[in-house]
Amino acid sequence: MIEVIDGERCTSCDICVNVCPTNVFDKTDGIPVIARQGDCQTCFLCELYCPEDALYVSPFADQAQPIDLVALKQTDSMGSYRRAVGWTDETCDRRGVDRSYLLFGH
Amino acid sequence: MPNPTHRAERVSAPEGSVVFEADVLVIGGGPAGTWAAVSAAERGARVVLADKGFCGTSGATAAAGTGVWYIDPNPALREAAMADREKMGGYLQDRRWMARVLDSTYQHSNSLADWGYPYPVDDRGKSQRNSLQGPEYMRLMRKRTKLAGVTILDHSPALELLVDDDGAVAGASGVRRQKQDRWTVRAKAVVIATGGCAFLSKTLGSNVLTGDGYLMSAEVGAEFTSMEFSNPYAISPAFGSVTKTLFYGWASFTYDDGSVVPGAASKGGRSAIARALLEGPVYARLDKADDDVRHQMRVSQPNFFLPFDRTGIDPFKDRFPVTLRLEGTVRGTGGLRIVDDSCATTVPGLYAAGDAATRELICGGFTGGGSHNAAWAMSSGAWAGQGAADYATQVGPAVGRSLRSAGAVALRSRQRRAFAPAALARAVQAEVFPYELNYFREASRLQGALGRLDAAWRDVSEADAADASEIVRAREAAAMLATARWMYRSALARQESRGMHRRDDFPDQDSRQRHYVTTGGLDEIWTSARPHAEASYAEAAE
Repeated sequence: MIEVIDGERCTSCDICVNVCPTNVFDKTDGIPVIARQGDCQTCFLCELYCPEDALYVSPFADQAQPIDLVALKQTDSMGSYRRAVGWTDETCDRRGVDRSYLLFGH
Repeated sequence: MPNPTHRAERVSAPEGSVVFEADVLVIGGGPAGTWAAVSAAERGARVVLADKGFCGTSGATAAAGTGVWYIDPNPALREAAMADREKMGGYLQDRRWMARVLDSTYQHSNSLADWGYPYPVDDRGKSQRNSLQGPEYMRLMRKRTKLAGVTILDHSPALELLVDDDGAVAGASGVRRQKQDRWTVRAKAVVIATGGCAFLSKTLGSNVLTGDGYLMSAEVGAEFTSMEFSNPYAISPAFGSVTKTLFYGWASFTYDDGSVVPGAASKGGRSAIARALLEGPVYARLDKADDDVRHQMRVSQPNFFLPFDRTGIDPFKDRFPVTLRLEGTVRGTGGLRIVDDSCATTVPGLYAAGDAATRELICGGFTGGGSHNAAWAMSSGAWAGQGAADYATQVGPAVGRSLRSAGAVALRSRQRRAFAPAALARAVQAEVFPYELNYFREASRLQGALGRLDAAWRDVSEADAADASEIVRAREAAAMLATARWMYRSALARQESRGMHRRDDFPDQDSRQRHYVTTGGLDEIWTSARPHAEASYAEAAE
C-alpha cells in the first residue's frame, strides 16, 4: 500500500490525486495527503506517474508497513518502477524492450 | 458525416450537479471503454466517457502487462489459434465470433502501432504485436480518446441508468467523488464497459472492478450468461498484489517442509495449489527460469519484481509464500449477454463490451492468459461503440423525452435500517473467496452459500438509502452480492464440470450439457439453458 509522500520532493502538482484509480489521496493547500490508505490496491501506478519520485508504495497489499524515509532514500527504490518501464528521460529507450513474445507458449 | 470535433454539450443544471447531452455514454475507461468511445466518436457521435477512477490507470489492464490474441492473417495460423483452446473452453466457443475477433484485433493492434505504441522489434526486424504493456497502452488510449473529441469524466462512478418511457436506456447518473457533486448524462445509447467483478480481492489493478455495470444493467432487465465460469484464481506472493500467471510457469511449488506439492503448476495444476493451500502455506521459487528467461521477465513486466526487490527476495533462488487471489468474472468468461454483432444486450439502447460482456463467444468456459481478454476488449469495444452510435442516429432527436432513474438498492429509502457497505462486502467475500466453495463446487455447499447470499439481498433491498459519503461503496457491495448470486445460481444449474467450472459432485463433462446458462433477476434469480450455436444449427439441419 502507499506509505509515503516525501515532502522534500513533492511539488504539490496533484498528479497522484488525479491518477490514483481508487481515489486514495486528497488535495490540500500544500502537498496531498494519503487520506484512504485502506483503499490502496497496490498497483504502483501513482509511483509511475509521479514526476518527482516522491511516492513509495510498499509491496505489502493487505497491511500497512512502517517506513523509515531517510533509510529508504538511501536505496534506489523510489522511482525504480518509473525508470524500469522507461518513463524517465534517462531510461526512455526501455519503452520498446518488452520481450513477452519470447515467453509466451511456455 | 463523421465529425470528430462534435462534442457532448454541457447544459444548465441545478447547483451541485452537472448535466451533459450526448449521443453515446460509455461507462468505464479501460481498454473496452476507450475503444468504444473512440469508435463511437469516429462514427460522428457526441460521446461522454465516465470512469470510476482515472481513464488511463483504471482497471486490470493499466496496472499489468497483457498478451494479445494477435495472429497474422494466415489461414493455417488462424485455424490453429482458434482450435487451440476449444477443448479447454468446453467447446462453447463460436467459430464465427473467433474469426471476427482475430480480424478486428489484427486491425486495431496495427492502429496502435500507427498511433505510436512502442512495439518491440525482434532479432529479424519484425514488429512483435502480441503483447501490450498496460501503463503505456492505456496512457495512449486516454490520449486517443481525448483526440477523438470525447468528454472524459474522471473519478465519476456511475450509480444508475436512466430509461425512457419505453424502457430504452437513455443515459446514467452518478457522483463526481472529487468534486462532491452529481453528474447526469442524457444519451441515446449507453455502453457498459465497467469490467468484470473481482470482489475487491486485490488481484492486480482490479479493485475498481466490483460488478457495478452488472447491477445497473440488471435493474433495467438485462440478461447474463456463462456466469458459472467465474472462478479463476491467480497466483501472487502471499503478501502482495502482483499476479502474473505466465511467470509462474517457471516455478516449483513446495510445502512448508520443502517437499514438492504433487501436480502443482501454474498452468494445468493450479487446483493442486488450491488444495495444498487448504492445508497450509505453499511456497514458490522460479527456479526453472534460465538466465535468458530471467532477463526477458525483468524487461517484460518490471512491476512483477517490485514485491521481491522491495523485500529482499530473489524469486529465482529464494522460496516465498504464495496465495491464490480470486479474479471472478475479470478473467472468468461470464458477463452481460450480447445478442448481435454490434454487442447489443437484450435491452434497447444498452451495449456491453470487454469483461463486462460475456467472453463465451471466443473463450467458452475458460480463459487462460489475458490475451483473449485484450483481444475481446478491443474488438467488442469498437463494435459496441459503433453499434451505440448507429443506434443513436436511428433514435433521432431526443427532445422532450421524460427519463426515469432505474436504480434501486442503496438508492431509494425503504425502512429505517442502516446500509453497512463494508460489512456487506466482507460477507460476500466470505462466500466467494474460499476455495472449498468457489474453486471446488458442490451442490449442498453452493446451496448453503446461496441461502446466506439471498438473505443478505433481502436485507439490503429493504434497507434505507446509503448515506451520500457511502453511496459508491454501498452500490459496489450490492453489485458484488448480486454477482455472487448469479454465479452460484448458474453453477448449480450446470450439473457437470466444464471449462473452469468444476463440480465435485459432477466431475465429468456431460455432452448433453453443451449449452449456455443464462441468468438474471435481482429479487428472484432465474436461470435457463440456451443452445450453443452449433448444436442449434445441427438441429435445424435435421
